[in-house]
Amino acid sequence: MAAGGSGMSTLALPQPVLASIEGAIEFIFTPQSSSVTGGKKVGGLEQVIELTVNQLEVTFLALALALFVALPIGLYLGHRGAGELLAIGLGNAGRAIPELALIAFMAAAIGVGLLNVTIALAVLGIPPILTNAFVGIRQVDRGAVDAARGMGMSEFEILRRVEMPLAVPTLMTGIRGATINILATATIAPLAGVLTLGDFIINRNVYGDDGVLAGAILVALLALVLEFALAGLQRLLTSKGLKLSPA
Amino acid sequence: MRTTSKRARGAISVLLALFLSIGVAACGSDDDDDQTTSGEGGGAIVSNPENGKVTLTVGSKNFTEQIVLGEVYAQALEAAGYKVDKRLNLGSETVARQAVKSDQISGYPEYVSTALTSFFEVEPEEVPADATEAYEEAKADFEKEDLTAFPPTPFASANAVGTLKKTAEERDLKTVSDLEGQSEEMTLYGSPECRQRIDCLAGLEELYGLKFKKFVPVDIGLRYTVLDNGQADLSILFTTDPQLSAQADKYVILEDDKEVFPAGNVIWVTTPEVVEEAGPDYEKTIVQVQEGLTLKVMQELGARVELEKEPAAKVAGEYLESAGYTG
Repeated sequence: MAAGGSGMSTLALPQPVLASIEGAIEFIFTPQSSSVTGGKKVGGLEQVIELTVNQLEVTFLALALALFVALPIGLYLGHRGAGELLAIGLGNAGRAIPELALIAFMAAAIGVGLLNVTIALAVLGIPPILTNAFVGIRQVDRGAVDAARGMGMSEFEILRRVEMPLAVPTLMTGIRGATINILATATIAPLAGVLTLGDFIINRNVYGDDGVLAGAILVALLALVLEFALAGLQRLLTSKGLKLSPA
Repeated sequence: MRTTSKRARGAISVLLALFLSIGVAACGSDDDDDQTTSGEGGGAIVSNPENGKVTLTVGSKNFTEQIVLGEVYAQALEAAGYKVDKRLNLGSETVARQAVKSDQISGYPEYVSTALTSFFEVEPEEVPADATEAYEEAKADFEKEDLTAFPPTPFASANAVGTLKKTAEERDLKTVSDLEGQSEEMTLYGSPECRQRIDCLAGLEELYGLKFKKFVPVDIGLRYTVLDNGQADLSILFTTDPQLSAQADKYVILEDDKEVFPAGNVIWVTTPEVVEEAGPDYEKTIVQVQEGLTLKVMQELGARVELEKEPAAKVAGEYLESAGYTG
């Protein structure tokens, strides 16, 4: 910006890029004709909304499952100060599982569909939540924990009222990472029976380049929206004292 | 293999497909155990030292049949003396056509029906049933965008509505029209893009007037798995699928009596510039090597790669040898 006119011209996007972004935006708002559908139009706001709702649905289901599994384990192990190998090792190993292979593997056992996709995506969300819950609780000042114990708090109260509030920033970092991972990966769900925005991205023959780009833009926008929402939630959950302390 | 459960086999075949799409390592063929395909091709391919100056990049789309075809063409061109690079994992036909246009590949095998419906906006019911006629039409269309194509293979590949033999017998299904009155209680599985294609679900709905209980999009690698585990009553299969010959007592396809699924013989799509540069042996070799590619041969080659897990390069190499193209 400060560079002025000359800076702008070097930053300006080449014409074809601008044209394809224009095409993608048109695709989002107005149904377009497609060469393979026999005259039926594709895209447009109605389909975008339907697929966006599906994308968010499967994302939240998977996130909920991941939280349900990983959070209690992470918090418990963090509080006990035990099972570091499990929390960190398993967490890291979990990140290496390829989603598509997992979906294909589970297709034979439980079939394709919402359950399969939810489990596969939850597996993706568990590692960051588990690891960050463990580390977040572990790094809480032991002095504060000892003081709480001295005041006669039960172990659960210590976790609930001292450790968890102090671990909020680390915990939330894990949850935010998991959410974005899950949201982005939910684009492969149409390969396993759940129509998400990935439908636009996978089916280039049906939706054309405009559809592919539109899908990518929509997923990126959703990721930003969720990221901001979770950042807001994190601010609400973080205790005043923690916000004041120099990070 | 007989002890492996079918479910695991389904999952493994998907995994294998993933590996294959990452790239198949070239592999020498020292295996003389020849259980496929007697030679009915047109004699050995002659190597011309002149061709060593030309490097051809063979492309293909990213599923088994295409990868096998890519290997067959690549090794045949190599036998004719060309230097050959392979890019056998291009996504869709749109990507493959773009790769030819931008000279990233010299050519790739395309189904003539796909070319007509997907590139040139021909309605599926208007695709000529005769392979040569369809080829002439596609070639003329390709030439308008500075591409060209070589004559078609003997085999034709088409989508088909498939089901378990058991289901077909219970419901007395022989043709797609037999589904009338029954499809409302049946679940159909197909690739994600099938849902909106006129030569797939959209055609079954509009041209046959069928309504299904549910259509579920899945990865094409799962098209038999969903039948096996009972999720799908019907699944979109390909006529060249190896399972259809290897397990003919298990799966059947319903006859497309209204011709919604146009049959596609394969044509080699390339550019006039490459034809010019590579000389007469280019088209000669491609046409010669595909003479032996019948539906039966394609199903057998596919079976060895997909069901018996042999590398596509090895299967293609052995085919060329047994058919007398190389030796």
